[in-house]
Amino acid sequence: MAMLSTHGLTAHYGQFQALFGVDITLDAGECVAIIGANGAGKTTLLRSLSGVLRNEPQSIRYRGEPIGALPADAVMKRGVAMVPEGRKLFPSLTVEENLLIGAHARRGSGSWTLDAIYNLFPILKERRDNAGTALSGGQQQMVAIGRALMSNPDVLLCDEISLGLAPVVIRDIYKAMPRIREGGAAVIIVEQDIGQALEVADRVYCMMEGRVTLSGTPTDLTREAIHAAYFGAAA
Amino acid sequence: MNWIDTIVQGILLGGLYALFAAGLSLVFGIMRLVNLAHGDLIVLAAYLILLIVSLLGLSPFVAALIALPLMFGLGYVLQKVVLNRVLGEDILPPLLVTFGISVVIQNALLQGASADTRRLPTGDVGVASISLGGINVGILPLLTFGSAVAVILILNHVFYRTALGRSFRATSDDPTTASLMGIRPNAVFAQATGIAMMIVTIAALYLGMRANFDPAVGPARLIYAFEAVIIGGLGSLWGTLAGGVIIGLAQTIGAAINPEWQILSGHIAFLLVLLFKPRGLFPRAFD
Repeated sequence: MAMLSTHGLTAHYGQFQALFGVDITLDAGECVAIIGANGAGKTTLLRSLSGVLRNEPQSIRYRGEPIGALPADAVMKRGVAMVPEGRKLFPSLTVEENLLIGAHARRGSGSWTLDAIYNLFPILKERRDNAGTALSGGQQQMVAIGRALMSNPDVLLCDEISLGLAPVVIRDIYKAMPRIREGGAAVIIVEQDIGQALEVADRVYCMMEGRVTLSGTPTDLTREAIHAAYFGAAA
Repeated sequence: MNWIDTIVQGILLGGLYALFAAGLSLVFGIMRLVNLAHGDLIVLAAYLILLIVSLLGLSPFVAALIALPLMFGLGYVLQKVVLNRVLGEDILPPLLVTFGISVVIQNALLQGASADTRRLPTGDVGVASISLGGINVGILPLLTFGSAVAVILILNHVFYRTALGRSFRATSDDPTTASLMGIRPNAVFAQATGIAMMIVTIAALYLGMRANFDPAVGPARLIYAFEAVIIGGLGSLWGTLAGGVIIGLAQTIGAAINPEWQILSGHIAFLLVLLFKPRGLFPRAFD
């Protein structure tokens, strides 16, 4: 049984329908990438999974339990943590406080502690007393990832963690991905950087206009197939 | 006329205004809610203390200790059942609802306790004073000011040194992202209003011991509280104390020149601060 799955998931913003019957699955320990152009519905999908957008109860299941209608705090307490798009650090909290608040609903005695996060991203320890928003974009992203890990999640949702960052910084952040997975969390990453996504993911879903248009393992998918699924036209 | 005496009395009066204002400041700082019933809630708490005093024959200080958890509960329920439903992008609904609560409290008190003016019995504390460097200072004003400083010290500690304060600040920054941390913004808001109502109870204790009150005096307390918050800069608790002191000073200095100028001087001081420092004396760095 999949750990986290969606079943004909739809989502609306007022009159506008953003998702049309999306079915995806995530197994324990797996890393799944969701790729697609702007407006494909990737972020909407993550917002639905995290409970920021509420849906039909049965449209999202986590460990067999319907969670589609739960609010974000309840989803989080069950073990699904999110690194939101745009990082969204709390401006009135220091770096360390931003990390600590991630442990607000800490679950069990998992491996992620403040020290473990500082070990993963040593630069954050030096800047622990700075305001979170005084950091560079890459460092802010590290805080946002560390903050989500502090709850010892079973599922980590990462929304566009490379957005607006220099390639060398993106590489640094993705270097942490194997260690994050060793910590036990299954990961869903939403990415526009296809190369990066294919490199770390076990499986890939490609979305276009609110639907999954292609899925498979990175080795199965040809450039042409991805191109077609991404842009809706033959390469 | 003794100017030093006037200034000391003004500063101590500022402590009372800071107590009026601290709860308002807390609630506004966390959820951008302007509670127009704040003054009436202070008056309500004063009647509650009076009720406990007359029913159980206790001193007002002990009665206030009993009132503290009751008022916390009232604040928690008020926020959870009423105010959380009207918080949102639009600032008008909460203004209307708290205005309505203000009217309801005033009329309920009028019905239940009549329009007669009341006062909490102070015993010896009310008239006791000590001499500080040649100036006679009343014990009660000193206690008021000391309580204001203590309240602000404790609030600052809670805000900046505890997990509860962290969740207050995070929710104030961004409720949606806070919910991604497992925080329930509505529960945080209810706790904050509960704490604000405990400060309101302390303010009510000194209001009721220092002066007469009746069901209609709430709105004027709201104005002083509001001015103190704005002078201090939104979101700064020490600024709120400074704001209270500025209004207290302006009022006593105005009254020393001409008794009719007391209230007016406070409002003029407020306008002057707005003119030169529109964001208050200690504004937050962002907003």
